[in-house]
Amino acid sequence: MANLKPLPTAREFDLSRDSLRQLNLYLHKHAVDEGISQIRVQNPDGAHSIACGLDAELDVQIHGHVGYYVAGMNQLASVTVHGNAGPGAAENMMSGRVHVKGFASTSAGASAHAGLLIIDGDASLRCGISLKGADIVVGGSVGSFSAFMAQAGRLVICGDAEDALGDSLYEAVIYVRGQVRSLGADARFEPMTDTDRAAVKGLLNLAGRSEDPGTFKRVASAKSLYHWHADANQEY
Amino acid sequence: MCGIVGLLVKKPSLRHRLGALMVPMLTGMTERGPDSAGLAVYTTPVSEGRRKLSLYSGEHAVDWSELLGAVRHAIAEMHEIEAHGNQAVLTTAADADQVVAWLKRHAPEVAVLSVGQSIDLYKDVGAPADIARRYRFGELQGTHLVGHTRMATESAVTPAHAHPFTAGRDFCLVHNGSLSNPHLVRKHLEPLGIEFETDNDTEAACRFFEWRLREGDDLEQAVERGFSQLDGFFTFLMGTDQELLIVRDAFACKPAVVAETDDYVAIASEFRSLAHLPDIGHASLFEPKPEEIYSWRI
Repeated sequence: MANLKPLPTAREFDLSRDSLRQLNLYLHKHAVDEGISQIRVQNPDGAHSIACGLDAELDVQIHGHVGYYVAGMNQLASVTVHGNAGPGAAENMMSGRVHVKGFASTSAGASAHAGLLIIDGDASLRCGISLKGADIVVGGSVGSFSAFMAQAGRLVICGDAEDALGDSLYEAVIYVRGQVRSLGADARFEPMTDTDRAAVKGLLNLAGRSEDPGTFKRVASAKSLYHWHADANQEY
Repeated sequence: MCGIVGLLVKKPSLRHRLGALMVPMLTGMTERGPDSAGLAVYTTPVSEGRRKLSLYSGEHAVDWSELLGAVRHAIAEMHEIEAHGNQAVLTTAADADQVVAWLKRHAPEVAVLSVGQSIDLYKDVGAPADIARRYRFGELQGTHLVGHTRMATESAVTPAHAHPFTAGRDFCLVHNGSLSNPHLVRKHLEPLGIEFETDNDTEAACRFFEWRLREGDDLEQAVERGFSQLDGFFTFLMGTDQELLIVRDAFACKPAVVAETDDYVAIASEFRSLAHLPDIGHASLFEPKPEEIYSWRI
């Protein structure tokens, strides 16, 4: 039998040479057919919508800083940004894993339904806004209005939170380790249970972090905004 | 949407490259602002007692040397002019207000874009790359600059509505965002004798800050005061002859990224306008926090 070389399983794109459309088309239409599971992206240079809308078990490694909407609407894929991310990283993620090794701009993980978003650095304002079921682990601090109207899922913050954390929360739960400048309307601190500590431990493990789960505080909805009260005279 | 860019070089040896470093920053913001572009560049100041005026004639073909002759005839002082097409810089030893008033009366087709000792101002409608070529931005030299690419949302696409806006001396401002109370601000300023040139919201912010500077605030104090007086979304980037300053609204609605090295401070709406800069891989990168004032002096 001929000495067959193993087929390659990795492919590299260089966005200083290849177009963003070529990259995303390949990720959507060709990678799986060609048996490629690892894709390396060089020189992203802040381009928008890199690795958006993926729907296969691909491992995408992006070396550099990215612009808006990296890995938006992600399903199944694992996308790692070795750099910072612009607004809307992993927004509307459905499953899979997105890891930003630097900082993330506004609205990271906005309305994500499932999957895991890890941000090693800080996340800007509105992290996890309208979260619908995904988990987010932020190694640093988050900006104001994080988890605003978050409906389901968990947000773990290893650093501090700015103003109005968890404003108008539904069923999502926030675990925060540092200082909270202010809670949003209807958000409240609640006691940590063993279940909470186990949940935080599991998420920190998945994010490769080693903080003590016992040092986190739980923030959840007081549920006083769940029903409209005529007597409240609109003073919520 | 709009794009903003700012650049301040820390080393005098880099001043001759200011324009060349900036052009890719400006064109990198084309998608955020394809309809107009402009910039203010702070150069070596003219000598004490003199002022320079950036002039713009738009579609009108102006004979600049004839205009210079008329100014010299009317106001007996030293005047010089350096013209490139529809843009010119008039340097004068006369009172600048007197020259501006004369131009308004006798050469209404000429717009005065800026007045000061250091500032040169260029703005026009069209694609940023075309405007950069038209006014040879790549050759500009100086200590710092403030640039803008515009996608108009609330007022017309004309050169006058393009950014930067200026007021007073050596002060300029560019804006990404929109203000919701520019008419209120204007109603407050006009009775103080402050005149407006357009209906643009950014002009209201520019004239508000410049009014505060004349009232004795420093730029940081003026911006602090602006937090309670200016309502809306903004990332403002401002320049004076000594300073470059950026501030974002309380909700950080509009983006901004800063890259700082030993050689320069570069600011843009997005990282893609900074990616080409030398040594960017070792720059300290951060996003300005809401309502925090960041400034750098030359």
